[in-house]
Amino acid sequence: MLHMLRQIARVGIRTEPPPAPASDEAATARLQLHILQTLGRALTIRHVDAGSCNACELEAHALMNPYYNIEGLGIRFVASPRHADALLVTGPVSKHMAIALWRTYDATPEPKLVIAAGDCACGNGIFADSYATIGAVDRMLPVDVRIPGCPPSPTALLQGILAAITVAAPPPPRIEPTIEPTIEPTIAKPESSQTL
Amino acid sequence: MNVAPLGLAAALLPAGVRAQRTQVSSGQLLTACRLAWEQDARLIALWASDERDRRRGFCIRVALEDGDGLMVLEHNLPDADARYPDLTPIFPAANRMQRATYDLVGVAAEADDQRPWLWLASWPVDQFPLRRDFEAPEKWEATQEEYDFVRVEGDGVHEIPVGPVHAGIIEPGHFRFQVVGEKLLRLEERLGYTHKGIEKRFEALPLLEGGRLAGRVSGDSTVAYAWAHAQAVESIAGVEAPPRAAWLRALCLERERLANHLGDLGALGNDGGFAFGLAQFSRLRENVLRGNAAAFGHRLLMDVVVPGGVACDIAWEHVHAMRDEADRTAREIATLRAIYDDHAGLQDRFRGCGRVSTELAIKLGLLGLAGRASGVARDVRCDLPCAPYDQLGVRMALNDGGDVAARVAVRFDEALESTRLIIAITAALLDPPAMGDVRATFGDIAADRLALGYVEGWRGPVLVALESGPDGSVRRCHPHDPSWSNWPVLEHAVIGNIVPDFPLINKSFNLSYSGHDL
Repeated sequence: MLHMLRQIARVGIRTEPPPAPASDEAATARLQLHILQTLGRALTIRHVDAGSCNACELEAHALMNPYYNIEGLGIRFVASPRHADALLVTGPVSKHMAIALWRTYDATPEPKLVIAAGDCACGNGIFADSYATIGAVDRMLPVDVRIPGCPPSPTALLQGILAAITVAAPPPPRIEPTIEPTIEPTIAKPESSQTL
Repeated sequence: MNVAPLGLAAALLPAGVRAQRTQVSSGQLLTACRLAWEQDARLIALWASDERDRRRGFCIRVALEDGDGLMVLEHNLPDADARYPDLTPIFPAANRMQRATYDLVGVAAEADDQRPWLWLASWPVDQFPLRRDFEAPEKWEATQEEYDFVRVEGDGVHEIPVGPVHAGIIEPGHFRFQVVGEKLLRLEERLGYTHKGIEKRFEALPLLEGGRLAGRVSGDSTVAYAWAHAQAVESIAGVEAPPRAAWLRALCLERERLANHLGDLGALGNDGGFAFGLAQFSRLRENVLRGNAAAFGHRLLMDVVVPGGVACDIAWEHVHAMRDEADRTAREIATLRAIYDDHAGLQDRFRGCGRVSTELAIKLGLLGLAGRASGVARDVRCDLPCAPYDQLGVRMALNDGGDVAARVAVRFDEALESTRLIIAITAALLDPPAMGDVRATFGDIAADRLALGYVEGWRGPVLVALESGPDGSVRRCHPHDPSWSNWPVLEHAVIGNIVPDFPLINKSFNLSYSGHDL
C-alpha cells in the first residue's frame, strides 16, 4: 500500500487541458459550461466497431488515460446504447456488422448524435472498395461529425467529440436513416463503390 | 521439418526465415501432418487458392513450423467437388481455418463440421469471394444467418448470448455461454463480424503498395504485419533491406510489443478491480506512443516498415530520447510489478484463473505469448531469428502456470526484455557502422512466385504468404494471425470458471478479431 501511495504521489496529476474543438473557436471553459448546459453534467458515448482494424479502438482507449482524462470532462463511454447520447462508430461498416450497427442506432434514444471516427468510417479508408464493406458510416446512418485520421489521434477524437456537442445545440434537422428500421434492412449497394 | 522419411523432396521457399515447400498427395497430406506432429511441429496456417486458370484446380497449403523453419505442404484438388483430408484429428486449430477456406474459396475438407465460419449471409452462399470469377453482387440484403450453436441441456442450465457489440471499446464478436449458476460449462465463439475482404483487397493493389494494407490487418500489430509482408515482397524480388533498416524495424517491433504489453497490464489490473494499474500503465503506454509520433510521425508506427526497408530514418535526438525513455520505463515497470505482486486482491483474481495446462496448450497448438505462459517455449525471435535478432540474443520469457497470473508474468518479463532490446538497438543505431541507407529499391518483380514472411508480433507469430502476379501485381495474399490458433483455446480456458472472470481471462489472451476475420 505504501508503495502504491508513493507511486501516486510521485507521478502526480498528468492531465492536460483539453484541445479546442475542431470546428469551434470557443474557449475551453465556455465549452465545458456549454456541455453542462446542453447535456446536464455528462455526455455518454456508445462505441460501435463496425469492422475497424482495431487501431481506432486503441486511440479511443487512450482518451481514458490520465493525459486526456476524458471522464474529467464529463464524457463517458457507456456499455449500452440505451444509456448513450452519441454513437462513436469506427470502421468501414463491414456488411457483417450492418444489422448490429443498425440495431445499436435504433436502440439509442433521441436526440442522438453519430460520430464517424477514422478514415474508414468517413469513407476514405483502404477497405472502402470491397465486396464485404459498405464503405462509410453515412451510407447507413446520418452522421453529425466526421473525424479523419488513420487512426485519429486521441486529440483529434477529443476535438471531434467536442465539436459534436457544439453541433448538438441547437439540434440539427434530423435526416431520416437511409434504411428502413425493419428486422431485415435492405441496403442498396452504393453507386460509387466499384466491384472488384 | 524433415519430410524425407515419407519419400518426399522438399524445395526451398523464398522467405524471411528458413522455409521449404513440398507437393503432397491426398494420402501424404495426412501422413506428413502426423509426422510433423511427431517432430513437434505446430500448425501455423491453412489456406487455399484458385488455380483453375492454370488448369490445376485448387491448391490447399498448410504451413507448419518446428523451430527449424517453416514447411509448406501443397496439395492440389482437381475441382471444387474434390475434398481434402480433415486435419483436425492432428491439429484441432485447423477446424476454423478449413471452414473459412470453404467460405472464401469453396473447397471443403472431409470434416464433420461444415458450418460456415467467415460467411455471415452477406454474399450468396454459393459464391466464393477468393475465386477469380467472383463478382460482388450489385445489391444485397442484410440478412441474419442461422448458426448452429452447440447447446448444453439439463436442469438449471441457461444460455447467455453476448455481442457482437460488446460493452466496452473493443472489437465485435459473438460469445455464447452455457452456464449453470455462476459457473461456465461451455463457451462457443462466433467470429467473422469484422470481415472486410482483406485478401481480395490485396489482389486489387500493386504488390509494392500492399504494405499499407498489411499494416491494417490488425492495427495493434501493424509493425509485425508490415514487416512480414515486407519480408515476403523482398523474398519474391530478391532484394535485401539495408542493415540500418533492419535495426529500425526491430526498434519499431519492440516498441509495438512494449506499448501493447503496457496497455494490457493496465487493462488486466483494471479488470481485476485495480484502477490504479490502468492509470499508471496507460500513462506509460501513452509515453511510448508519443515517442513514436515524435520520431516516426505515427503513434502506432503504421506505414513505417515498407517493402525494401523503412519509410524514413530517425533523428539522433530521438534515438537518445528512446534510450532514456526505455531506461525510465524499465524502472517504472519494476516498481509497478512489485505493487501488482503484493496486492492480495489482484493476485486472488489472477491466480488459478483461466488455466491452460502445457499439455492442452501443445495439443491445441497455442501460439505466441499465451503459449509461453503455458510452458510452450517457442518464440520466432529466438528460434528463427532474422536480422537483427540474430545479433540481439532475445531472452525468451517462459512460465508454466498457464493461468491469468502466468500471462501477466510473461507480459511483465517481455515488456522488460523489450526495454532492454530497445536500449541495445539504440546503441547499435548510434554506432557508425550502422549508418547508411534505410530503403532498398526494386527492379522488375518476377511473376508467379510464392514467398513467406514470418515475424513474432507481440501476440505471437504473424505469417504473410504472398504470390506475385504479372507486372508487379498480387496473385494471392494470405495474412495469418496467431489468433486463429488461440481463439479456440480461450473456449477451453474458461471452462469451470465463473462468468465475471470471463473478461479477465479474455483480456489475458487479448486476441485480435480483425486479424482473424480478415
